[in-house]
Amino acid sequence: MNTMTLDAAGQAEPVQPKAVEQDTVGTQTKVRETVGKPFCDSAKLRMRNVNVFYGEAQAIHDVSLDIGRNEVVAMIGPSGCGKSTFLRCLNRMNDTIEGCRVEGELSLDDEPIYGAKVDVVPLRARVGMVFQKPNPFPKSIYDNVAYGPKIHGIASRRAELDEIVENSLRRAGLWNEVKDRLDKPGTGLSGGQQQRLCIARAIAVSPEVILMDEPCSALDPIATARIEELIDELRENYTIAIVTHSMQQAARVSQRTAYFHLGHLVEVNDTETVFTNPQHELTEAYITGRFG
Amino acid sequence: MTDLSQTKLTQQQVRERIEQRLASRHRKEKIFRGLGIASIAFGMLAVLVLFTDIISKGSGAFVQSAIELRVHYDEQVLGIDKVDDESLAWANFTGVIREALRERFPEASSRSEKRELYSLVSTGAPFTLRDRLEANPELLGQTETVWLTADDDVDTFVKSLSDSAEGFRGRTSDQKAGWIEQLMASGELKKRFNTTFFTNGDSREPEQAGIRAALMGSLFTLLVTLALSFPIGVAAAIYLEEYAPKNRWTDLIEVNINNLAAVPSIVFGLLGLAIFINFFELPRSAPLVGGLVLTLMTLPTIIISSRAALKAVPPSIREAAMGMGASRMQVVFHHVLPLAMPGMLTGAIIGMAQALGETAPLLMIGMVAFIVDVPGGITDPSTVLPVQIFLWADSPERAFVERTSAAIMVLLSVLILMNASAVLLRKKLERRW
Ligand SMILES: Nc1ncnc2c1ncn2[C@@H]1O[C@H](COP(=O)(O)OP(=O)(O)OP(=O)(O)O)[C@@H](O)[C@H]1O
Ligand SMILES: [Mg+2]
Repeated sequence: MNTMTLDAAGQAEPVQPKAVEQDTVGTQTKVRETVGKPFCDSAKLRMRNVNVFYGEAQAIHDVSLDIGRNEVVAMIGPSGCGKSTFLRCLNRMNDTIEGCRVEGELSLDDEPIYGAKVDVVPLRARVGMVFQKPNPFPKSIYDNVAYGPKIHGIASRRAELDEIVENSLRRAGLWNEVKDRLDKPGTGLSGGQQQRLCIARAIAVSPEVILMDEPCSALDPIATARIEELIDELRENYTIAIVTHSMQQAARVSQRTAYFHLGHLVEVNDTETVFTNPQHELTEAYITGRFG
Repeated sequence: MTDLSQTKLTQQQVRERIEQRLASRHRKEKIFRGLGIASIAFGMLAVLVLFTDIISKGSGAFVQSAIELRVHYDEQVLGIDKVDDESLAWANFTGVIREALRERFPEASSRSEKRELYSLVSTGAPFTLRDRLEANPELLGQTETVWLTADDDVDTFVKSLSDSAEGFRGRTSDQKAGWIEQLMASGELKKRFNTTFFTNGDSREPEQAGIRAALMGSLFTLLVTLALSFPIGVAAAIYLEEYAPKNRWTDLIEVNINNLAAVPSIVFGLLGLAIFINFFELPRSAPLVGGLVLTLMTLPTIIISSRAALKAVPPSIREAAMGMGASRMQVVFHHVLPLAMPGMLTGAIIGMAQALGETAPLLMIGMVAFIVDVPGGITDPSTVLPVQIFLWADSPERAFVERTSAAIMVLLSVLILMNASAVLLRKKLERRW
């Protein structure tokens, strides 16, 4: 009987929007169940009743969500609400965290993501990830991008590998800047270039889904704009889930937006609806800046 | 803002308070810097004293007095008529040397005088002649001038002349001292570079004693130690750090590894004696067993430092590799190990340096034996540098004093060489991220 209200009150948020307090009594069932459109017909990723625990503490409460093919879904919400945790469930990066437990049904193309029989190696080749902080390997730019194809045995010849590297760097909009110094360390690039290198590295193995956890948080507006453009281009071939703190960014790149609050998925709707006409009080409070 | 107005401090007051604290802050800074400089100075001074002491004591061992004699390879004195292995083994080279000495100093007539005279050259000198004759058989019946190693009493006396005009006599009689001075004056007694020290094994006679056997023994022992402890230590560290779940068992293992690092080394020696020698019946005094024992001793050091090196690798690198779909082993071998390797090597070198200087456990497994032959492999009986130092330091002959210091110098040189190569290796492997 974990209702949204109890949790919210229990956490003693500094600013409690009044509207929520008044309304929750009447809408108890409503808050528990995500409002809006969490499901879609041609789901690439299907998540049902996902609960995530760090030891005893529960970080994600009963979240159900679909991410459609060639769709960009933005995840927003106040800091610590579990966006990263949820995102990391999708390619099982949480497996590496000691004491982290994931419950629920998650599937990629109707194949289960979790389970004793599932091998994470091919899963992560299909579901790539770009992290909040650019984390290129301390190797050359070429080796950074070539690493994925190499370990998965994608390229059979050197020429093929060269082609993959060039293509990936081109799509990440980095080729012109680095084509003359492919043998230089990737760590020697600027922050924005590093992040694009990480994106190039992720798309080099042609994943079907790309997870991005605040990919632009360390970047200047120009680099950010470049990456947003890139996301738009990538959408033709990939399914993308992006966590962001910038509502403008969510509005610019995504088709649907999911609002998380204290581990609950409060609202999922078409991005335009979320930003112009949010259905849930918490969402409204957050996007209008009264909360979080 | 609100805080300041609540406590009613004016900006002026705030500034004054900061000023007041500033003086004491600067003073503390100065004191701390002074303390640092003082401790470094103390350390440097200690090293300086140690080095000057050892070098001043030990440098003498690198030269050795030798006496020039005209020897006649007389067939009759030697008692042979041809040069082959059998006759060389029989030949009386001592007689040849004695004759040459009598010829040089005809005044020695009484038995005791002659004994004095014969003790001018080392008891190892006949072997020098044998080697020469073996190499040049045509010398039989001929006469030639050779430099023969002087006895250690002579050497000690000659070297002590630079300290005092009298010199250190010991067992040297006035007459013998006179002969020595005579030889020195005529240039027939000279201090020459002591090659014996670097080519021979141990000996009861200081002038024939060398460091080679101990050096090779140390080398073989360290090779065994490194070949075993580095891979085992790194593998254990990787397993504990990257694979093992964090539970009560791994905690227990961790605590025990730390405990092991603090166990007195002699205990490892006893363990080695019981297991490797008594149970597995491996040869005594062998570098193989020494290396096994030292492996037990250095493993904790290597495991602990390797784990620290692995921990220091930024988790973002692991995440990046994992996110690309690398398997655990690929993450470790492609990304983590290359970054951790410099740190691991440092740990290994510290462990090796410890092992190089270790004496106690090796005494337990019989590496304290008197070894004359230079070992040729890991199963030959041998001793190691620190044990050799211990043995020489315990010998009564004065000439062993300088050899002890010289052996320490050799040990320190090996140590410095090892550390320098470690630093170079580290520099080469180190990468920025
Ligand atoms: N490794 C961990 N161990 C224990 N608790 C964790 C761990 N990682 C996250 N948490 C907790 O889980 C909750 C959700 O964290 P999460 O990182 O998913 O938040 P987030 O929405 O991504 O926040 P941000 O916007 O600041 O990145 C937080 O309360 C956090 O303290
Ligand atoms: Mg996050």
